[in-house]
Amino acid sequence: MYELFGNVLNLEWKMVVMWVIGAILIYLAIKKEMEPALLLPIGFGAILVNLPFSGAVTQFYPTGAEEGILDSLFDFGIANELFPLLLFIGIGAMIDFGPLLSNPKLMLFGAAAQFGIFFTFSVAALFGFDIKDAASISIIGAADGPTSIFVANFLESNYIGPIIVCAYSYMALVPIIQPPFIKLCTTKKERLIRMPYKAREVSRLTRILFPIIITVITGLVSPRSVALIGFLMFGNLIRECLVVNSLSESAQNMLANLITLLLGITVAAKMRADDFLAKETLVILGLGLVAFIFDTIGGVMFAKFLNLFLKQKINPMIGAAGISAFPMSARVVHKMGLEEDNQNFLLMHSTGVNVSGQIASVIAGGLILNLVS
Amino acid sequence: MFLDFAFNVKSLSETLPVMGKGMLGIFTVTGVIILSMYALEKLTNGKNEV
Repeated sequence: MYELFGNVLNLEWKMVVMWVIGAILIYLAIKKEMEPALLLPIGFGAILVNLPFSGAVTQFYPTGAEEGILDSLFDFGIANELFPLLLFIGIGAMIDFGPLLSNPKLMLFGAAAQFGIFFTFSVAALFGFDIKDAASISIIGAADGPTSIFVANFLESNYIGPIIVCAYSYMALVPIIQPPFIKLCTTKKERLIRMPYKAREVSRLTRILFPIIITVITGLVSPRSVALIGFLMFGNLIRECLVVNSLSESAQNMLANLITLLLGITVAAKMRADDFLAKETLVILGLGLVAFIFDTIGGVMFAKFLNLFLKQKINPMIGAAGISAFPMSARVVHKMGLEEDNQNFLLMHSTGVNVSGQIASVIAGGLILNLVS
Repeated sequence: MFLDFAFNVKSLSETLPVMGKGMLGIFTVTGVIILSMYALEKLTNGKNEV
């Protein structure tokens, strides 16, 4: 009997706690539909790797090491940044930069809303994390999974598992996290500001040259992030050139789905109880929240600052959409605008800010790598 | 890897310049991108076919 069921005796309470965490993630994915494409595989993976002597991850026996498939996948797809980069091709192919191209000034809000990253970097250092871990934790504020994985992995952070789980969980929680802080930073009068939208045609040539120019500019300033921005923009180029539609569709659907699937389950390799259940994980969860909050505040306050000088006022709520987290953040701002005034349509403006946040978060990730490594 | 959560004020003072440089850097890059987008739009104005 011991030969059959002896492994049950190897079960530890920490593993059971991880099962509960996995079950919560699965519940949030299925019942609440919060980032289900990622939280579901991560949740299942958290259970998978926390079975005693799970063969899904590398185990060490007296006879030698037995390599688990999830560790192999991690080395193959995340340790060399392959999965996040391939996912960025799909994301780039999905994004329409039209609203941003018709009003380029919106990019300023994307920049301002990265404040949470740099603020959290300092707070994490204050809490005693070393510089590279502080930088990796702060990038949760990019509100962008692939960028978080890329930076944390590049800096060889000790906390890659909690960082990734935190980044994706908070992205899913944007509709809950952002509204109270947007309200806190704005008056009712400001929230009622209407912003008429004038649709402006963007030439096809502009749409084609845009990804190339962004890649060159960002690559010159921040060479370490050029792969990240380059793959994002490559995806956008194959979308906008209109001559490789089948590639664009493959990138948006098959490639993005396949990589998301593998990424989610592979991340779980870093969710083993001994590594994950540490007080640092709780602190990282808190710091991730700080990053999201100060991103939101940074974007809103910057819009308020600009309003001091502008004749035609901006609704400061759109600044919050610069957090990236595309497209949830744009929708949150639009919905809040409608709650204040059912004729105030902010969607096009907030979408423009939101896609600019996508670019700005990658640039911020590159700058963090430049400044700390 | 493990922390003793004592506040590290020295480390904070080391990161503040990085914070400043980071925000300056991101606004500078964004400014350059915005200017190039306006220039691009001016150059390609009306050219819908390539």
